[in-house]
Amino acid sequence: MKISDIFKNGIYKKNSIFIMLLGLCPTLAVTISLFNGIGMGISVLAILTMSNILISLLRKIIPAAIRIPAYIGIIAALVTIIEMLIHAYIPSLYVSLGIYLPLIVVNCIILERAESFASKNNVLHSAFDGMAVGLGFSFALILISFFRELLGTGTVLGFQVLPASTNMLVMILPPGAFLTLGILLGVINHYLNKKKEELENE
Amino acid sequence: MNDLSFYFGLIFSGLVIKNVLLAQFLGLCPFIGVSKKTSSAVGMGLAVTFVLVVASMISYAFYYLVQVPFNIEFLRTISFVIIIASIVQLIEVITKKYMTTLYESLGVYLPLITTNCAVLGIALLNINYGYDFLGTLLYSLGSGLGFLLVIVLFSAIREKLELLDIPKAFQGLPIALVTAAFMSLAFIGFGGIL
Repeated sequence: MKISDIFKNGIYKKNSIFIMLLGLCPTLAVTISLFNGIGMGISVLAILTMSNILISLLRKIIPAAIRIPAYIGIIAALVTIIEMLIHAYIPSLYVSLGIYLPLIVVNCIILERAESFASKNNVLHSAFDGMAVGLGFSFALILISFFRELLGTGTVLGFQVLPASTNMLVMILPPGAFLTLGILLGVINHYLNKKKEELENE
Repeated sequence: MNDLSFYFGLIFSGLVIKNVLLAQFLGLCPFIGVSKKTSSAVGMGLAVTFVLVVASMISYAFYYLVQVPFNIEFLRTISFVIIIASIVQLIEVITKKYMTTLYESLGVYLPLITTNCAVLGIALLNINYGYDFLGTLLYSLGSGLGFLLVIVLFSAIREKLELLDIPKAFQGLPIALVTAAFMSLAFIGFGGIL
């Protein structure tokens, strides 16, 4: 398998959020501001890369029958480490991510990559796969949180861009999350359909 | 000591105001995945409610009886995940052996619940908010019933959406998410009551 293929699949061909629709809970809950989106994206990127490396290293030792509990144990340990690091060094992010930080444990993306990639491939490929899927996830989070912050509060990373009169409060409330993701998915579907039609016409 | 209205408020806030799905975004995977038919939505909702209440109670007891006395609160996430996974297994075994009818209706949804963030999320929230034992029980029950209510309503709407003429790009999930946005907007209206 080529490393460029791993990155292509992880980042856009099989983007975890826009194409596979995995790990929606943090995607919708924390994307109130771009800062939160980036923080969550990087946390998942780090945990996913490390869990893929560890599970790939241990793939011949873990018995097949208890592999899922073993994976969950490894992921939970990594999440606890990241949680304590963020608590110590970026307390503001720790407060704004709230319970969604420990909830990375039950994020379907991480378990899905462990089960379908890291348990079957070597350490180097698994590490790159973790990075690629994590980057794809971060990219999606940044896109969603960019639109929500811009339309909801008129700011980008805290800097005022739009005047206060154009703010739509609903975008930073829960409905805005569903609405943003729904419309982005619609736009992506439209683009993919168009591409498919072009291929058929040729 | 908390009075009766506090406990009533907990059930109500779990049920509609701080709804797990529409306000806290917990448990969205089954919300999207199992909501195409009303019958399966009812099964999933009941299974989640059941596991949510049992898992929250046991996590609560474990946290205050074992972790706090030994100063190992930082192991909360790991221990709660393991507790939930074991409870789901246990419920599956017990219902299979003694409550066959219940197992037949809920059995297929049980394994899916292990990685349902609603269960872990509510167990963690109970600790974060510092509820007492009764508060934990009522908030978990309210949240579980709130999950059931919303997933059943949503599945009924989705069954109707199948028959409508929707632009090609928005068919399926995009329109479902936009629908959820409007349901969420409607549920915000309950916020003024308490």
